[in-house]
Amino acid sequence: MKLPSATGSPRSCADRLSHEQGSAPPARGSVVQGAILTRSRLILILGLLSLTAVVVSLMCLHFGAQSIAYGEIFRVLMGVMTVDQIEAGGGSADITRTILLQIRLPRVLLGFLVGCSLASVGVVLQALLRNPLADPYVLGVSSGAALGAAVGVLFGAGTTFLAEAALPACGFAGGIVALVIVYRMATNSERLPIHSLLLTGVILNAIFSALIMFITSILDPNRSYGMMAWLMGTLTSPTYSGLVGVLVYLSISLILLFGQVRALNILALGEDAARSLGVDTERAKRSIFILTALITGAVVSVSGMIGFIGMVVPHAVRLAIGADHRLLFPASALVGGTFLMGADTMARTLIAPTEVPVGIITALVGGPFFVYLLLWRKDRLA
Amino acid sequence: MRGVKESQPGGGNEPCASCLVQPCYAYEVHSLRFRYQSTESSSRPWILDDISFQVSQGEVLGIVGPNGSGKTSLLKLLARLASPQQGGITLFERDLTEMGQDEIARIVGVVPQDTPQLFPFTVAETVLMGRFPHRPRNRWGNGFGWESGEDMAIAEDAMRTMDVAHLAQRAVTDLSGGERQRTMIARALAQTPNVMLLDEPTAFLDLQHQVEIGSVLCRLKEERGLTVVLISHDLNLVSQYCDRLLLLAEGQVVRLGTPDEVIEPLVLEQVYQCQVLIDRHPTSGVPRVTLPGRKSTGNK
Repeated sequence: MKLPSATGSPRSCADRLSHEQGSAPPARGSVVQGAILTRSRLILILGLLSLTAVVVSLMCLHFGAQSIAYGEIFRVLMGVMTVDQIEAGGGSADITRTILLQIRLPRVLLGFLVGCSLASVGVVLQALLRNPLADPYVLGVSSGAALGAAVGVLFGAGTTFLAEAALPACGFAGGIVALVIVYRMATNSERLPIHSLLLTGVILNAIFSALIMFITSILDPNRSYGMMAWLMGTLTSPTYSGLVGVLVYLSISLILLFGQVRALNILALGEDAARSLGVDTERAKRSIFILTALITGAVVSVSGMIGFIGMVVPHAVRLAIGADHRLLFPASALVGGTFLMGADTMARTLIAPTEVPVGIITALVGGPFFVYLLLWRKDRLA
Repeated sequence: MRGVKESQPGGGNEPCASCLVQPCYAYEVHSLRFRYQSTESSSRPWILDDISFQVSQGEVLGIVGPNGSGKTSLLKLLARLASPQQGGITLFERDLTEMGQDEIARIVGVVPQDTPQLFPFTVAETVLMGRFPHRPRNRWGNGFGWESGEDMAIAEDAMRTMDVAHLAQRAVTDLSGGERQRTMIARALAQTPNVMLLDEPTAFLDLQHQVEIGSVLCRLKEERGLTVVLISHDLNLVSQYCDRLLLLAEGQVVRLGTPDEVIEPLVLEQVYQCQVLIDRHPTSGVPRVTLPGRKSTGNK
């Protein structure tokens, strides 16, 4: 096998400079092999996490204002395998079946999708901004998207928050404006202290929230109540056609984002280092920005501002399995999805039949964790 | 795995045909001018002002000069992390601006000034990142990039060379400054570069590892014809290990030549604005710089 050299230079000395790697001790590479991500480790961890996700989703279907026995859940789920049959379930006299298929299942699935997306966006933003506290909510990207969506509502887009395709588009526009501001602040000087970046997020959040409040106050009371509930971060039970739309949209965006994992690994070294290793940083940044804004915009227009998942989940997962984004990204997505399904079930059941907005639950878990990171892990935040 | 132990007919040291006709330069820098872009209309001062020099293949060139003299900017230009406003740089006789960043990455390894690492990549993972420019990628992005056996073998060699193999499983966030620096140099070595650019590679190192890095770079120069450009504040270190020195002050070349020609009392006093004593290293005979001590109080 030809070792790398500066080929392509027609007549330079470089052609002759291909390297020998010194003398060869036995089993070279084994030291490295033991300290990096391997296929078996990837499959094992992702397999376990997927299994956990399935188990937790069954538990989420079980718990509710009225518990549904697991045997019943299996019976109903096994009985219907096509969307048509699920839709038809609504008409049947079987009340359990209706609750399960029309209310709980779509909501659990939506929660999983939203959690996946938020955690993935968090992973990517943390690597790109070289900042373990980055999260679409903390940085103000979510409020940007929410403002975009609120402006959309003001001008009459969508009577329900899911029905109209215009809302994710408005959310995207708001999200990308916020992201560009944050990024410019983060990279303007050579090394911006972490607290300044957080401060940017605080300021953006304040401005966007004020504008959202303004819009809320001039809407008619009915719509403004709905908007308030949505802003706090609420999952509702979507229709299946809506769910499929969200599923397709988010899956495509997440898969495209996943294509950047290798670049993300290198970008975590710093932008100059990444460029000197041949990463097209401008292109990577552009695609990552657009994709994260697209995802955040859609997620916010579906579920409002659910905070901290994007920060807490990647952090915890990174501590447990290491920093390689090839594993970190899908693992965080699975954990984020599972976490939000669980949190939403708590939101539904804690003081049933009244529902707590799930954003309150995630903030109550995530806020203290955030404080812990700031106070006790300062050394790690450079 | 396979083919790692490639043997080269003639070895790496023999000059190529074109080198026999004329000396082959790794870098040629012509009347370079550079300043950071400012958003205001007022133009900023030149960081580098009319710089020209050549770096021969297989040479170790040390860039020295006071703080703010433009050393790091010059290194960034050589790595094409920044672009000059005027003048040009050629790398092995090719215009740097016409080369892709990944093409440059297969030839030039860069070790930036120490930067804190925030994410717990293992040392092995970090060193393997040096293989990135050599791994195939497709148009859908950078691909998943499982490392080949060859990649791992090269990374392990680089780690042994820099004495970090025993740290393979440690997270870079848990390393001491010196260990992290050696890891970063190992990462650049894993690129199997023809040229290495190092920004203060010995800043965090203890004596043993300072000497080690110096001799490793010299050995790679001998064995592979590696060209090295390094920045250092340690005049004694560069005097020991560099073939030539480039002394910068206020963005201009004050002197370029062998350590003997550059490390001269008058030149250094003028550039650094302080007095120094210069004598000879007792064994190697290269110039040695000593800071003036306090005057003896005479109670001897």
